[in-house]
Amino acid sequence: MQLKCKSKTFANISLTLAAATCALVAPAMAELSTPEVSEIDSWDVDLGLLIYAESDDQVQAYEGALSVTKQIDDERSINVKGVIDVLTGASPNGAVAQNRAQTFTRPSGNGTYTTAAGDTPLDDTFKDTRVALSSQYQQQLNRQWLYSGGANVSKEYDYLALSINSALARDFNNRNTTASVGFSYAYDTIEPEGGIPNPGAPVDDPDNRLEDSETKQTLDLLLGLTQVINRQTLMQLNYSISDVSGYQTDPFKILSVIDSDGWANDYVYENRPDQRTKQSLFWRTKYNLQPSGQVLDVSYRYFWDDWGMASHTIDSKWRMSLANSHFIEPHIRYYNQQAADFYRVYLDDGQPIPEYMTADYRLGELQTYTIGLKYGFPVAGNEFSVRLEYYLTQVSGDESLAKGVGMTGVDLYPDKSAIMLQSFYRF
Amino acid sequence: MRRILLLACMLSLTACSSLGVKPWERDLLAKPEMQLAENPMEMGFDDHTYFSKEGSSGGGSFAGGGCGCN
Repeated sequence: MQLKCKSKTFANISLTLAAATCALVAPAMAELSTPEVSEIDSWDVDLGLLIYAESDDQVQAYEGALSVTKQIDDERSINVKGVIDVLTGASPNGAVAQNRAQTFTRPSGNGTYTTAAGDTPLDDTFKDTRVALSSQYQQQLNRQWLYSGGANVSKEYDYLALSINSALARDFNNRNTTASVGFSYAYDTIEPEGGIPNPGAPVDDPDNRLEDSETKQTLDLLLGLTQVINRQTLMQLNYSISDVSGYQTDPFKILSVIDSDGWANDYVYENRPDQRTKQSLFWRTKYNLQPSGQVLDVSYRYFWDDWGMASHTIDSKWRMSLANSHFIEPHIRYYNQQAADFYRVYLDDGQPIPEYMTADYRLGELQTYTIGLKYGFPVAGNEFSVRLEYYLTQVSGDESLAKGVGMTGVDLYPDKSAIMLQSFYRF
Repeated sequence: MRRILLLACMLSLTACSSLGVKPWERDLLAKPEMQLAENPMEMGFDDHTYFSKEGSSGGGSFAGGGCGCN
């Protein structure tokens, strides 16, 4: 293969400037235009579909994404991406299982739903459609400097998210080292059905609502360093800090108030602090095995915040080429999280209501495992791939909290499993 | 713990000036499968899913906000 090195293309910078959380992932900075695919004035289109299905009729999500990148000239490109999400199913409302049926008022205040004895209460009023649009502009300022900036908007029935981002990357050391700095600012508005609940107020209290809507602001700083180690190895190290201020409570989550016999005689709305600082260190290595050309991609993230939560994530993919441009890629991910300081399985009757409290399992102690396989092959000369993954969540905690006749034998920490099916097509 | 991690990461990068390749040795690094953002859409799906189901976010990209996903 003849290598025509284009000085204007950055080989290994990745400033994936995304409001990562909601699939508003901007195009990676400088996806290398290899000589085979580099064409000025070209259009690149990416299509993606995701089906996410939890067991036991819990959350089902269908997501479609279309991303179009236009290479304006040697130095500039622009990307526009649209995402549509449809969510249905049921989600744990935070209350604990009981040895008798429980009836809950719906979040809107209209109607009720009933949970059978022994079952974890699930709120089945969980339906939403989300539409998101994002655009990202990228420009090579000169031989060393690369700029990227973009904006995102995401709208669902009761939620609006707006964000902007900007980043600079500079090459050093004959383009073997790249340093980058990126900022993102997001402004979110939530307007839940029935209004914002009064934290700690009983669910059945008719005066338990405050205002109609709340907002939160997120400021992110991301510092990155990528380093070519040798002909086969590339390494990335990121430090990120995220400051979130404003409403971070889940207006649909409640806690059971449990008496000495283990019975829930009341339920109250949760409350989370309106300030959170999240930090993470992220290390990633890609290694090209020779002579097979297999690619090993391993990353580790350590995350901590001022809510008392910390987590470890290990993610690894192993891409193996087969004949005729087919490939397979096994994937394993492990995640381990310690609970936030104010996580409670339930509240005790007769005790004062704490200022901050949540029974949301996602802020509890948990481990998750993902195992999957991706298979790719050419369709009409373009790459098509399909990916199937199994995602298991194991929640843990103090089993002795299942006390009295009301809770003896119930599962306070039910596992959750999901299947994810993704497919991608590029042309 | 954090300090040790940070120190280890920094130490691993102190030899940067002696690391790296010559321009004509970039044949493997130039391959699409060696790019850090080889498939941004896949990263987007994954970030969205894990943000919705776990208490952590960010690291590889912005921790962000952006949806009321539960």
